[in-house]
Amino acid sequence: MWPIFDYGRFVSIISSSDVYGVVWMRSLAQLHKMANLRVLVGVKRVIDYAVKIRVKPDNSGVVTDGVKHSMNPFCEIAMEEAVRLKEKKLAKEIIAVSCGPAQAQETIRTALAMGADRGIHVEVTGKSIDGDNNQTGQMTAALLDWPQATFASEVTKENDHLKVVREIDGGLETVKVTLPAVITADLRLNEPRYATLPNIMKAKKKKIAKHKAADFGVDLTPTLEVVGVEDPPVRQAGQKVESTEELVAKLKDSGVV
Amino acid sequence: MNFLRLVGALYRPTGVISRTYCPGATESCRLSDSLVEALSAAVGLKNISTSYAVREQHGKDESYHEPQPADVVVWPESTNAVSKVATICYDNNVPMIPFGTGTGLESGVSAPRGGVCLNLTKMDQVLDLHPEDFDVSVQPGVTRNALNSYLRDTGLWFPVDPGADASLCGMAATSASGTNAVRYGTMRENVMNMEVVLPDGTIINTAGKDRRTKKTAAGYNLTNIYVGSEGTLGIITKTTLRLYGIPETIMAAVCSFPSVQAAVDTTVMTMQSGIPIARIEFLDDVMMDACNKFGGLDYPVAPTLFLEFHGSEKNVADQAEAVAEIAQMNEGSDFQMASDPAQRKKLWSARHNAWYAGLALKPGSKGCATDVCVPISRLPEVIVETKEDISKSSLIGPIVGHVGDGNFHSLLIIDPDDPAQIEEAHVLHERMARRALAVGGTCTGEHGIGLGKRHLLREEMGEGTFNVMKALKHALDPKNIMNPEKVIPV
Repeated sequence: MWPIFDYGRFVSIISSSDVYGVVWMRSLAQLHKMANLRVLVGVKRVIDYAVKIRVKPDNSGVVTDGVKHSMNPFCEIAMEEAVRLKEKKLAKEIIAVSCGPAQAQETIRTALAMGADRGIHVEVTGKSIDGDNNQTGQMTAALLDWPQATFASEVTKENDHLKVVREIDGGLETVKVTLPAVITADLRLNEPRYATLPNIMKAKKKKIAKHKAADFGVDLTPTLEVVGVEDPPVRQAGQKVESTEELVAKLKDSGVV
Repeated sequence: MNFLRLVGALYRPTGVISRTYCPGATESCRLSDSLVEALSAAVGLKNISTSYAVREQHGKDESYHEPQPADVVVWPESTNAVSKVATICYDNNVPMIPFGTGTGLESGVSAPRGGVCLNLTKMDQVLDLHPEDFDVSVQPGVTRNALNSYLRDTGLWFPVDPGADASLCGMAATSASGTNAVRYGTMRENVMNMEVVLPDGTIINTAGKDRRTKKTAAGYNLTNIYVGSEGTLGIITKTTLRLYGIPETIMAAVCSFPSVQAAVDTTVMTMQSGIPIARIEFLDDVMMDACNKFGGLDYPVAPTLFLEFHGSEKNVADQAEAVAEIAQMNEGSDFQMASDPAQRKKLWSARHNAWYAGLALKPGSKGCATDVCVPISRLPEVIVETKEDISKSSLIGPIVGHVGDGNFHSLLIIDPDDPAQIEEAHVLHERMARRALAVGGTCTGEHGIGLGKRHLLREEMGEGTFNVMKALKHALDPKNIMNPEKVIPV
């Protein structure tokens, strides 16, 4: 039995630029069987975190051509958590979804090699990088009217809900969420496994369903326009002074003291 | 600064005139202005420095030899820039010292005759990855962790692991090895081709340009002449490496033994049984105590083996069972296993921190790392004799070793202000090396010759072989400007 939200419509809602999330869906007919949890993991293809980002000469964005791309590290962590749930027999199926250009399929294949069962690719053309906006999980939860637990550093199952420890500015906060729910991953949640060659081979046989945003009647006309992107200001050379008096004088001159 | 000079004097081999001053120490660059200008033009104004702090940083590594700064440091951003620098230095007879991550242990980056230090870390691209052929080419600025992170989606990795996050080209230059060598080999077995800039600026590829085959019988093996040459024959600007599949399953194990002999015998039997063990590391009781204290572990303070198995789940279980049996035969106890990544990591970080753990036994002390390698069958007697030798001295010398290769290190902990201790360490070290040489071993398993072992190299090779090496050095670097005074004294 399908849950209230049509699966296709659900996917159509994920149209914004950042996907960090791990999402649980629950079949209505099997309310009491936790082992039938299905997990939807958003994985996004972004510029590899080790690459030195360069701004384009025309300041319209960052250079993406010929630059190494890979799965967003937070998506790797989300995937790992999903796989661990499956290994603990708390989840029965993991579906990896990515909205992006054709190359996003490589990212889905990596997710499949990590342990996802099947993938969904929604083709979305146009530029997209990791904007560090931290909004997709939260927006998804709001649109679905599901509870959310963001910046999760620990997720444990307790009876029919999840106990999630969140990393917040003041320290750690523990929340309880009923299912289905949206969880977003913090760096400390786990250390993702590397895909091994045999798993990469097996992943080639797993299915990736392909869709276009138009299939779901979603309008992708942007409502935001990036006006310009600039490098941070170049660091100025320091000045050496010969005495404390000179130091104090210079600090006063610059209005710092 | 007196103890440093004393240390320096002791660590210079006999037969070589001892320097009585450190060139460049607090002094400005001794190269002419026009030379510095030419270098600036070759690498760009933002890629050159004559500041003393920068030069001093580049004149030392992780050994405790005194820093010997070059006269100028440059950061070339391409092979062509390196070639231009080399041409300038060749025309002016100025020494060149290639610099990667500065993580060496034999003072390979020191500049006893000053000159130009080439910091190659701005050349940091991974080039030409061929996952289906299991090979990749990297520039000197790529470290092994950076490469393995780059490769994480491909299911491949580069397993040579010397501990430090070293530059891969630097690892090639020192023929690095490490904990994984027992199964995956050292740099010698895993470098397929290298791009090298010769002292006169000529750019060559040791196996031919862009060639990357698993094997070849074509011509002289130039690739392996440059592997381990420690910057004395040319500057490595690219290396093509052999990759392996990431292991499906990794399991770690620890086992304690009543004696050094029992632990080493277990190693020997494991190797002789043909078990494809991935890591087999020996820690003596002193080192075990240090690692316990440093890492918050609570293993028995006794000779211990740390093991790691790679393979499929079934494979790994079979290997572990076989080794557990062998250990039991040798009165091993407390055989513990861990397959959980977090636990395994804790285990191995304790081993990788052995250097710091040893030093932490006596805060404020310095460590002198020794490094010998012998045939595995002779390992028990060499380690036992070395341990006895150390125990008779006034020093602590925890021992850690890649015993699967017959290679071990004793970390001699000395008070840097006590000349008697320095002398004692020196004597112990020499005896250890000669003990190894006497049983068909080598004076350095993986750290290299650098500055301190040149006389031992001569003894190890014998006159005839040593002369061939000298001839090679002369042929490839006739002006002796490539990292002078290292490996082969000229």
